[in-house]
Amino acid sequence: MSLADPDMTPVPRQIPDRLGSPAAKLLKSWESLLLLVAVGVFILNCFASPYFLDAWGLSDATFNFTEKAMIAFAMALLIISGEIDLSVASIIALCSTAMGLVMQAGGGTGLLVLTGLGTGLLCGAFNGVLVTRLGLPSIVVTIGTMSLFRGISYIVLGDGAFRGYPEGFAWFGQGYVFWVITVEMVIFTILAIVFGVVLHKTNFGRQVYAVGNNSTAALFSGIRVGRVKMILFLMTGLMSGLAAICLTSRLGSTRPSIAAGMELEVVTMVVLGGVSILGGSGSIPGVVIAAILMGLVTFGLGLLNVPGIVMSIFIGCMLIGVIAVPRLIRMARGKT
Amino acid sequence: MKHFAKLLAGAAALGLMAGTASADDMRIALVVKALGIGFFEAAAKGAEEAAGELGDVEIIYTGPTDTTAEGQIEVINSLIAQRVDAIAISANDTDALVPTLKKAMQRGITVISWDSGVAPEGRQMHLNPSSNPLIGNMIIKLAADNLPEGGDVAVLSATTTSTNQNIWIDEMKKVMGDYPGINLVATVYGDDLADKSYREAQGLMQSYPDLDAIIAPTSVGIVAAAQAVADAGKVGEVNVTGLGLPSEMAGAIESGASKSFAIWNPIDLGYAATMIAYNLAKGEAEAEPGAAIGMGRLGEVTLDDTNSGAMADPFVYDSSNIDEFKSIF
Repeated sequence: MSLADPDMTPVPRQIPDRLGSPAAKLLKSWESLLLLVAVGVFILNCFASPYFLDAWGLSDATFNFTEKAMIAFAMALLIISGEIDLSVASIIALCSTAMGLVMQAGGGTGLLVLTGLGTGLLCGAFNGVLVTRLGLPSIVVTIGTMSLFRGISYIVLGDGAFRGYPEGFAWFGQGYVFWVITVEMVIFTILAIVFGVVLHKTNFGRQVYAVGNNSTAALFSGIRVGRVKMILFLMTGLMSGLAAICLTSRLGSTRPSIAAGMELEVVTMVVLGGVSILGGSGSIPGVVIAAILMGLVTFGLGLLNVPGIVMSIFIGCMLIGVIAVPRLIRMARGKT
Repeated sequence: MKHFAKLLAGAAALGLMAGTASADDMRIALVVKALGIGFFEAAAKGAEEAAGELGDVEIIYTGPTDTTAEGQIEVINSLIAQRVDAIAISANDTDALVPTLKKAMQRGITVISWDSGVAPEGRQMHLNPSSNPLIGNMIIKLAADNLPEGGDVAVLSATTTSTNQNIWIDEMKKVMGDYPGINLVATVYGDDLADKSYREAQGLMQSYPDLDAIIAPTSVGIVAAAQAVADAGKVGEVNVTGLGLPSEMAGAIESGASKSFAIWNPIDLGYAATMIAYNLAKGEAEAEPGAAIGMGRLGEVTLDDTNSGAMADPFVYDSSNIDEFKSIF
């Protein structure tokens, strides 16, 4: 065991004699490490800027992550199942464009919401069918649809923009439920609970893990692998549609460049949350903390007027760090 | 752990220092489309110049990494949280920034746009680098200044449907009377394509052997025309002028194919935006149609019905200043 290079030979899964106590397990878990970092960043921010501890400022700052996190929850399940969807930002563009067209045709807020969610579902279905029915690799399919969906928006809009969304529609991205609690924050919280329950407390959740760990074994265990993946693609599309509603409402307008580059931030959030990019493991609480952590870091650095490029470097290093650290620890343990 | 504690203490000290240093200064944020663009770095230089003149002003030069509206919104949100006194922004999106900038104004922050504007409800005023009449006048003036005896000039424009160019040429024709002896012999269109513009310029020189100047109010056309003049060996006979970018025109100025050309001066733009933001935030001026707001060494800007105003004549670039600006934009 000590001579074997862990990268070259597959390490046999070790079955311990006795499971650790749940409390010890929780302490050693990824989520608690992440939570510790988040609390640390929060405290640092309090010292670094006199403007950090302000209810309205913090409330505004939640927009840095709420829309991305909505997609990240669905994306987490998708990545756990061993697939990925890189077209989410382009789905937002297409949903937003579709809503713009409906708005121009005189559609009210209700119809706009249905259009956004419906378009998202359709896009998800398109990705899902290509992956599950034709057996194409999801990374290739969604890189393709990434250009396709946004391309359609560019064809419809060119260098123009849709503006003049109805007053009621502004509620989603600019409204407050109570004091500084925004509508988006409430949606974020509800979704966190729903996705947490689905992944960790239902049969479907177990199936997602099973598919991600070993889809062949899952198939022979009677799990309808294709159907599970299809549902996850639909869910990701639907969440992208929801994010499109919030973002469009917040911007009050649609341009084809809307949400450009957001897919990578969503994937970053998921991976930072401890979801294995190879599939099979991860948790929703991890993604929730990662979302808040990313929001805290960008807001904190923003308050110090740190240039955006330095911020990107910081988040990049953080991501590499959190992926590398557990691996390094494992290697160190293997050597002793 | 010890190191971490030190780091924490250091960060805390830094935070406190940053907190006190800016206690009474007016903080004006210059928000640009994206950091790392020469044009905007030059504007920031102008803003610092204005801050130096005013004394009690701190400039926060900031912007997103990519030219996205979402990135600018994050930046504006953090500026609102810092309770800056004024935001002067060159916007990535006319409409998408409006809700966020409205929120900034509701919280008592002065908001103006410059260079690339925001829809009227999202700002108090907009500063254009120049205006159509000023540009129209400038391009003919540049040609006429080098032709004291009068002469024949031709226009090399972009496309027949280019809105900006057509307006500028119309404005130019309106003031032709102020420049006696200057005849406009032809207007041709190079479609903002380098090769077509080049051929059109060649054609002009063949059709009008006595041509004295080519006016190209487009950055593509002016470079192509200067190249055509140099290739035809007519440097000194035909002067190319119009609107162009210093970085692209440096060669033409050096070879003499172009004696001078014009475009906005980003340093002045940053300077003027800062001055206006200062005056509005101090309450020394009100942003309303017809108001005149001071811009320091650049005089005053007068606002029109949409609360926008023009800074100045386009800035003239020639052999005396091209080296300074060619590395900027």
